[in-house]
Amino acid sequence: MSVTPEDVVQIAHLARLEIAENELDTVVERFGRILELVDELQAVDVSDTAPMSNPHDDIQRLRPDVVSRGDNREALQSAAPAVEEGYFLVPKVID
Amino acid sequence: MSPTDPTKASATELSTALANGDVSSLELTEHFLERIKRLNPTINAVITVTEDAARQDAIEADQRIAAGDQGPLTGIPLLHKDIFCTNGVLTTCASRMLDNFVPPYDATVVARLRDAGTVMLGKTNMDEFAMGSSNETSFYGPTVNPWDVSRVPGGSSGGSAAAVAAGFAPLSTGTDTGGSIRQPAALCGITGLKPTYGRVSRLGIIAFASSLDQAGPMTRTVEDAALMLSAIAGMDSGDSTSADRPVPDFRADLGGNIEGLRIGIPREYFSDDLDTAIAAQVKTALSELESEGAKLIDIDLPHTRDAIATYYVIAPAEASTNLSRYDGVRFGHRCAQPKDLEDLYFRSRTEGFGDEVKRRILVGTYVLSSGFYDAYFKRAQQVRRIISEDFSRAFEQVDVIAGPATPGTAFPLGSKNNDPVSMYMEDIYTLAVNLAGLPGLSLPAGAVNGLPVGLQLIGRAFDESTLLKAGHRLQQRTDWHRRAPDVEVSR
Repeated sequence: MSVTPEDVVQIAHLARLEIAENELDTVVERFGRILELVDELQAVDVSDTAPMSNPHDDIQRLRPDVVSRGDNREALQSAAPAVEEGYFLVPKVID
Repeated sequence: MSPTDPTKASATELSTALANGDVSSLELTEHFLERIKRLNPTINAVITVTEDAARQDAIEADQRIAAGDQGPLTGIPLLHKDIFCTNGVLTTCASRMLDNFVPPYDATVVARLRDAGTVMLGKTNMDEFAMGSSNETSFYGPTVNPWDVSRVPGGSSGGSAAAVAAGFAPLSTGTDTGGSIRQPAALCGITGLKPTYGRVSRLGIIAFASSLDQAGPMTRTVEDAALMLSAIAGMDSGDSTSADRPVPDFRADLGGNIEGLRIGIPREYFSDDLDTAIAAQVKTALSELESEGAKLIDIDLPHTRDAIATYYVIAPAEASTNLSRYDGVRFGHRCAQPKDLEDLYFRSRTEGFGDEVKRRILVGTYVLSSGFYDAYFKRAQQVRRIISEDFSRAFEQVDVIAGPATPGTAFPLGSKNNDPVSMYMEDIYTLAVNLAGLPGLSLPAGAVNGLPVGLQLIGRAFDESTLLKAGHRLQQRTDWHRRAPDVEVSR
């Protein structure tokens, strides 16, 4: 499968990334080469094979629903770019 | 100072010197801090040095040793890859995105090594978000190979590998998603172990691909790797994929011989992709194991080549999901003066991530997008099972699988930057091991043109003991792991 510059711009939009105009050709060309590589998968016979999402086919266990570490909001927000009264600040969303 | 040169000594030897009172932890710490200060401007293996905290930890370790209250790692200096969260200490993942990130907690690996009495000297350089095989994608500039400073150390744990090779510390931590411990260990001539998926907790390790990521030791000797693995392994309720299994005493398991051990040699690992001089060197190492009583048996891993395509769908898919958390809101880089929320997301991410990380986010987003999910992501997960079954079949005939760790020796800086696919081929012998969740050990097996060659041993799930035992036997017979670059000269 090949990709067009429009495809790549659309994918970048979904991933919330901007691609500069002057970089688009290089990005599309390298993206295409990677797709060519991963297209080798189409040659493998996968009939009757279930997908594997965990290498030991383990399911994730659930933990008991109890408080384990208590309230450490202040510590966790210490790395935030902007907070006020315990809230994360973002640009105005609603007019 | 003891007669042992700390720059070349193993942690086990340093532990004996500490117990005998030949040297103090503070003296060792000062020795390594001085060496880092002097040589890191050349090697660029370390991003952050934590000298004050290191001295404090060393003094406490010396008090425990004086009281006879020490374990085998008490007072041993080490470096952590900058992907492990360290409480109160900058943790960048070598990305502009986390250039200002100070975590409020320790990764489980860091906490366990601290509890074992180790002394953290600082944090090592790496490929950005662990995406790369050369350490060249770091926001802080590439680490260079101590054996030849015009060459790469491998990646993504390239700073950790170069640091041990250059004698900055006897031990470092690494993480391995597709070869990121084993490939740099091979290229820098040190020992590196990727444990079984689930053996070591991922809590506090900045996530790349969650079904593949594992942390492990990077050391001078197999014995040290065994010691370090015992300290970090084991169930952690904070990681829902951590395995609830008993942890053996890996060092105690090193004893005994390997008489009758069946070692499988995959035909596919010695194909045309492999440099012939490396093949010869790896075969020399295998014949050493044969002399110890091991039996070499030819096997097939028919889907070896398919591991590359499979990995480069699954890893970017998981990465694109994991990295969606970087939005400029809760932590990490935030663009200046965002005009609205969308602008905040777009510019924070576009400014914060480097080219290789963006490329993988794009590929991951593509293979997960509606219309392509079945053709790529689901299919890759199916091939993942086929690859895993190849290994299960092989392990019906053999106990260990052996081959080269990498297709070549350390390559010149800049030589693979323009072609992501040629860079991805670096990991042809290591990727499948992560896909199948198996343990893999890379250890020095001599050199080609003065550059280290790595032997890789692959084991059954949760059978690190057999790998370590075979590796230890090899290091009892040979001195490859004792060779160290003369960094003062190569500078």
